[in-house]
Amino acid sequence: MLKVHNLTVAYSDTPVFTDVAVNFNAGKITGIIGPNGAGKSTMIKAILGLIKARTGNVDFDGQTLKQVRKQIAYVEQRKDIDLTFPINVFDVVLTGTYGRLGLFREPSKADRQRCQDALDQLGLAEFAQRQISQLSGGQLQRVFVARAIVQNASIIIMDEPFVGIDLQSETVIMRILHQWRDEGKTVIVVHHDLNKVTHYFDELVILNHGIVAAGPVAEVYTPANIERTFSADLSQVLFAKEGN
Amino acid sequence: MLQSITTFISALGKYDFLQSALITAIMVGVMSGIIGSFIILRGMSMMGDAISHAVLPGVAIAYMLGINVLIGASIFGILAAGLIGLVASRSKLKTDTSIGIVFSAFYALGFILISLAESATNLHHILFGNILAVSDTDMLTTTIVLGIVILFVVFFYKELLITSFDPTFAKTYGLKVQLLHYALMLVLTLVTVSALQTVGIILVVAMLITPAATAFLWTNRLGVMLILAAVIGAVVSVIGLYLSYTLNWASGPAIVLVAAGLFGISFVISPKQALLPGLWKGIGRTRRVSA
Repeated sequence: MLKVHNLTVAYSDTPVFTDVAVNFNAGKITGIIGPNGAGKSTMIKAILGLIKARTGNVDFDGQTLKQVRKQIAYVEQRKDIDLTFPINVFDVVLTGTYGRLGLFREPSKADRQRCQDALDQLGLAEFAQRQISQLSGGQLQRVFVARAIVQNASIIIMDEPFVGIDLQSETVIMRILHQWRDEGKTVIVVHHDLNKVTHYFDELVILNHGIVAAGPVAEVYTPANIERTFSADLSQVLFAKEGN
Repeated sequence: MLQSITTFISALGKYDFLQSALITAIMVGVMSGIIGSFIILRGMSMMGDAISHAVLPGVAIAYMLGINVLIGASIFGILAAGLIGLVASRSKLKTDTSIGIVFSAFYALGFILISLAESATNLHHILFGNILAVSDTDMLTTTIVLGIVILFVVFFYKELLITSFDPTFAKTYGLKVQLLHYALMLVLTLVTVSALQTVGIILVVAMLITPAATAFLWTNRLGVMLILAAVIGAVVSVIGLYLSYTLNWASGPAIVLVAAGLFGISFVISPKQALLPGLWKGIGRTRRVSA
């Protein structure tokens, strides 16, 4: 279990959130939702140590971030990736082996085979030699999921993987997420909208400059919580639709 | 023209200074192509320019004290990189602003120090390069720097690749991204000092950027880009040296203009640019980049 203890993050003097405490369970796919600017990406960046927290700490089954770094895979937002970089799909996936290799060691034949397998699992084998700007958004997202597979992590943290991708890619990625869950991994997904929340996630954290609610989707994804975090209109639209 | 090439080649056989110039030019072309590739991929062209100018005080002090130029230059190169980072991170100013302030100040300081050292000829050579006056010591130093560059890139290839392509990912698995940045800045400083001899401080940035940018237009693989940039760097240096010798042009501008010319040609005909979309159709050697 990944435990976040009274975490506070602030840019200059404005706190993004204060004293956040929340747990992420192994063997579950947990979604983090909340309005724009609620601090979703900031929270996972603080968990990953990419942003320095003012207070608080994160506990990974009793271990510190430093001890478990190589057990964590991070799938960034696609918009943060330099698409013009001279690199093809296979070599991007191969970077997933770098963390465990450490300095002065090259990926082995077995490592390369694992990359090939990951590409196969995501239906990307035919694109292995393509430069990454020659892919659709969904294909590119699958490339980064393939890299996470190669990292063979026990905690996978993804930032908005479902934004602007095709249905086929979404289905393939969901299959991998379920696989990870069934293997007992901790899967955390920042999600930007409320569509398909019940379809994607087992557990949900609603964030709005602090935790609004957290727990199993059925308990947390309620009209009251959505109204409280977003708006009454949105809540009505969403739950009217699902009621039909 | 054929005759002048023959003359150049026979002069190469006759004069040691020209041989030294040729070897040095090739080595500098290779090292700046390689390091320049990382500089442009990291979006640090301005930083390359800044570091190359900022080493001037180090060069001046090294002349004054009679120590190796590499040592003086390295200290000021790293100092400048550190200060640029410091100003950018500790204020709300953007990095390019910080670069502008720091490098101009260092450059100005270097100018004054050089004039204090009273070596006007040296200043001219430092600014514009004088490949025909390369000493044996210079050549030895350049060889050592080339060795360092190659070892650095071979041993840290993975790390240079991932921190250039996806630094956030590199941080998540615990790579010391900052440390690698400063190591690259140190190597960049060494390359700058070597390139001083061929193209001079003012044009070092061209040697770093132009061959690498030309290579970038022709390939989608980092490894290929590095080799291609090294080859282009060497080729333009040799052609530039030939022009410099034959037409009595300053070596720096001659090399840089050749590099720019080659870039211009690539810009029009390379497959990545596709300014001439029909050109590569059916040749099958290179897949045309499509949206």
